[in-house]
Amino acid sequence: MSGLDFMTTRFETALGWGRKFSLFHYPFITACCGMEYMSTACAHFDIDRFGAGLTRFSPRQADLLLVVGTITHKLAPVLRTVYDQMLEPKWVIAFGACAVSGGIYQNYAVVQGVDRVVPVDIYIPGCPPRPEMVLDGLMKLQDKIQHQKQDWRWAKKP
Amino acid sequence: MGQETLIDEIRTKLGAAVESVSESCGDRVVTIRPQALRPAMAALREAPFDFAILLDMTCVDFSEPAGRFELVYHLYSISRNVRLRLKASVAAADPAVETLVGLWKNADWLEREVFDMFGVRFDGHPYLRRLLTYEGFEGHPLRKSYPWRLAQPRIRLKDKD
Repeated sequence: MSGLDFMTTRFETALGWGRKFSLFHYPFITACCGMEYMSTACAHFDIDRFGAGLTRFSPRQADLLLVVGTITHKLAPVLRTVYDQMLEPKWVIAFGACAVSGGIYQNYAVVQGVDRVVPVDIYIPGCPPRPEMVLDGLMKLQDKIQHQKQDWRWAKKP
Repeated sequence: MGQETLIDEIRTKLGAAVESVSESCGDRVVTIRPQALRPAMAALREAPFDFAILLDMTCVDFSEPAGRFELVYHLYSISRNVRLRLKASVAAADPAVETLVGLWKNADWLEREVFDMFGVRFDGHPYLRRLLTYEGFEGHPLRKSYPWRLAQPRIRLKDKD
């Protein structure tokens, strides 16, 4: 931008750009996929490169819920509460086969996909998914955030 | 001390409480009459057997009216460095045995788990309540008679089917 002291953009685009690169995530980790989440989050794969490096351990400070691992019927109300405590705008990633569909478990205990409990934006399959897949899913979510209709405080509500 | 002498000692000590002795993968299995379970275990807990550790306790459902539930106990003796597997079969109608909480403290949760999963009652247990499933859960999920895939959600789930 040498020689220019201004730039033009659309407000919604700027808001989407800001939101997609400042994802504060809340890891809801229950199972072995957590190891894969850790390697994704740490220096080798480093989700901080995508602006999602700030892990929050309170849902009230987070806007991305990572459901990592098996969710049982016993745990489902807890997950629902955590989702309800998050502030808008918020997004959810179902991380791993168990979170996506129940995975190898189809029995009395396991919820057959977390989208029965909370709305899911991105599904990352795999048992467990490779970190590359997680980063791919994260970039797809960023794409979705960039192109969605942005909700903000003074936006006109229908 | 070899396993043979140990089994002989157990037979002599427990007498009629021992139903049979068999072998599985090189390990001796002693089957005990369920009515005599508690005194037999108490005898094994003391010297000279000294089975101070209850390693594990679980149950198998064979779906037969007689001897439907087979309780399996794994004991370990530190002083003798020997492991022992004990079994006791209980019938399908009102399955119950005496609790072993007084002998091994960890029997508390192990028995609660078996009660939760199989519905076997442990008489004299201080706090026989479900351990793994939640309040309001009906039936015992590891029984063969429990409907396959029957879930009991605690909250209303979105239906995908």
